[in-house]
Amino acid sequence: MKLRIKFSKTGIMKYIGHLDVMRYFQKALRRAEFDTTLSGGFSPHMIMSFAAPLGVGITSEGEYFDLEVASVMPSEEMERRLNDVMADGISVLSVRQIPDDKKFGGMRLLAAADYLVTPKYLPHPDVAESIPAFLEQTEILLEKKTKKGSKTMDIRPLIYRLEAREDAFYLFVSQGSANNLRPEYVVEKLFAFAGKTLPEHSLKIHRLDLYADAGKDMQQRFVSLESFGEICK
Amino acid sequence: MMKSMKNNTLKEERRLALPEEILLQVSKPERYIGNEINAVMKQADQVKIRFAFAFPDVYEIGMSHLGIQILYDMFNRRDDIWCERVYSPWPDLDRIMRDENIPLFALESQDPVRNFDFLGITLQYEMCYTNILQILDLSGIPLNAEDRTEEDPIVIGGGPCTYNPEPVAPFFDLFYIGEGEVVYDRVFDLYLACREEGADRHTFLRRAASLPGIYVPSLYEVSYHEDGTLADFRPLYDDVPAVVEKQLVRDFDQVTYPEKQVVPFVQATQDRVVLEVQRGCIRGCRFCQAGMVYRPLREKHLPTLMRDAKALLASTGYDEISLSSLSTSDFSELKPLIDFLMEFCPARGINISLPSLRIDAFSLDVMSKVQDVKKSSLTFAPEAGTQRMRNVINKGLTEADILKGAGEAFAGGWNKVKLYFMMGLPFETEEDVRGIAQLCQKIAEEYYEIPKESRNGKIQITASCSYFVPKPFTPFQWAAMDTVDSYLEKAAAAKQEVRAQTNQRSIRFTYHASGVSMLEGVFARGDRRCAEVLRHAYQNGAIFDAWTENFRQEIWDRAFDECGIDPSFYAHRERPLDEKLPWDFIDIGVTKAFLAREWENAKEARVTPNCRQACSGCGARKYKGGVCFETKN
Repeated sequence: MKLRIKFSKTGIMKYIGHLDVMRYFQKALRRAEFDTTLSGGFSPHMIMSFAAPLGVGITSEGEYFDLEVASVMPSEEMERRLNDVMADGISVLSVRQIPDDKKFGGMRLLAAADYLVTPKYLPHPDVAESIPAFLEQTEILLEKKTKKGSKTMDIRPLIYRLEAREDAFYLFVSQGSANNLRPEYVVEKLFAFAGKTLPEHSLKIHRLDLYADAGKDMQQRFVSLESFGEICK
Repeated sequence: MMKSMKNNTLKEERRLALPEEILLQVSKPERYIGNEINAVMKQADQVKIRFAFAFPDVYEIGMSHLGIQILYDMFNRRDDIWCERVYSPWPDLDRIMRDENIPLFALESQDPVRNFDFLGITLQYEMCYTNILQILDLSGIPLNAEDRTEEDPIVIGGGPCTYNPEPVAPFFDLFYIGEGEVVYDRVFDLYLACREEGADRHTFLRRAASLPGIYVPSLYEVSYHEDGTLADFRPLYDDVPAVVEKQLVRDFDQVTYPEKQVVPFVQATQDRVVLEVQRGCIRGCRFCQAGMVYRPLREKHLPTLMRDAKALLASTGYDEISLSSLSTSDFSELKPLIDFLMEFCPARGINISLPSLRIDAFSLDVMSKVQDVKKSSLTFAPEAGTQRMRNVINKGLTEADILKGAGEAFAGGWNKVKLYFMMGLPFETEEDVRGIAQLCQKIAEEYYEIPKESRNGKIQITASCSYFVPKPFTPFQWAAMDTVDSYLEKAAAAKQEVRAQTNQRSIRFTYHASGVSMLEGVFARGDRRCAEVLRHAYQNGAIFDAWTENFRQEIWDRAFDECGIDPSFYAHRERPLDEKLPWDFIDIGVTKAFLAREWENAKEARVTPNCRQACSGCGARKYKGGVCFETKN
């Protein structure tokens, strides 16, 4: 049986790196006495996979991992047990059962994510005004440094939505193994387009949710990863 | 779901001492934010004493230390005390804190250490001494105790290195000598009483000096002979005791043990639950300080250990439990304890780790059940290469034992062996270090005794040699540490001998660097004058000296020069038995006469029986507990 666990990571927990979050949850699941399935061998470990590792410094209210278990309890009970053993800054938002079939794995389904990106020092109205023109460009070229040198890619098709909201930018972008677009690249490009410079470490990034593309043919239809799970009664 | 989110957003966000710009710049920011599972949070205005407990090394090392976890838990059980943790900021953050004048803070409250009532610093190894100065300096506390005011915390030292506190004495207001579980409550109560009265710092220290186990260095006067040796060491006042008695837990089964241990986010060096099964050791190896200062051996009972193991695993969620003691094989209830763990752990996906086991049939059987024989290597410590030398150090291990153990291990499927040796031991000859290579060869031959079809590939033997450092309160406290030249010559001889063996390709020989060990040798048996060297080295940039990447020999050479101190005087000089030693004022229960007898036995390569075979009258019997009073059938 497989569970999909959705959690938030806020406040100072943004300083905890992905691998440490994984180790943190392994311990938490033992404290909460989950009936996890263990891999074989001399050092058995839990079978868990995170949909999209979150970088250090980023907060989120839409993180996911899938976990293999031997038995389930009611969702409400599983959520309560985990929240009883959480550190401040990490909350479990939902625990649901997903189909066993591999194609429902979070990492495999992942197609997009939305973010709020807040520039910490600069007021952004001037930049916000240039959004329509920015998006009207036929291509937005991003130079990416690679091990061998650098490569240029067009990120325009990967930006699904970009709009100004109060003091932040709302972004809906492509994510996943094929076309992963980091939100800060978009905002950096936008600032450059508007003729503004962005100091280092000046973006506050908050992830809202992760999505799969449930559309048919060429039609995109994004649905939250959470929606693939069913509430355990 | 909505409820938990709401709680999260309503809750005031934790305030950190370091701003985001800095945290995102330094390596492993998790070291500095606190908030770990089982960390104790209290209201600062609801407690009477704030205690900052510092481990002068990096977070991952400090968090692996059992002693702090025990005392952290014990102090925090008192409602009137909030004990918090402090670790050495890594050099990247150290630099930023100095540049930007950010004071050192405690992890839980993130408040500056300088505002605390106490700063406790544990002294685990000599090479962290410059980090003590780093912690004081970054906290804004004067390095020398005599320069501190009523505004500064009381700086208290504890841990194994306090069995010779003299090289760091000027930096501490007081030291706690012995096991922490015993007298701390009285220290705190005295502190509160003094504050109630409006008594000042000096009054508190003067009164604290009368508490058992407490040493207030400023209340003692030291003088030296012309040849540099200690002439006199005496209290300045009549009410200050001339001898400080180590403190020891008598009823070890009843002693406080944390049911909850703080679980770090970042992977600690010891990423597991640690269960202390016993304290002390019956063996009496002559090089080993822990084996003397923790005498007598005291065990916990099985039901206590089972209860603690379950509680700890439940409260931490660790997937590994490790038994801690100096020599786990000597624990009388080891078999039933292992049976319990084998029953409880594997079904829950929990690994069992068993360090400090002797290689015998029972241990091998247990180990083959808890680890993958094909992948794991077997570790044991013959410590010396020849039987004569093992008798000199009283290792209590014969070549027959070693070969039999190795043979059984090989029959059980192991083919990787790690062996620990020391070089530079007293009375050691070139023949003894060549014996290291020969012993490795004999072990290899033992492997090839096994029929080819049941062997598991080639044998791999790693012999790792350290540079022996004589320690206070051991029979070798009078010994000259080997010189660097001699040590390196011996290493070369051992290496050459390895090459000469038939199975040389199966033997890997490594040895420790000499510079750091040499310094350890100076500070282990140093006196108060050595503090000046530490201060100079620190001011010239020495920090994290235990870390090869940070250790800079030239800083230390310069510091000794500047202070006009000859390191050889402390490291390489054999002391006569009648010389007054800087640590003689401490009473560890084991008598100087016993240590002197053992020093003579070492010279004659005579073996002394272990505590369970026969009592050798070391003096620890006066504590009226432990192995000294086991009923012998």
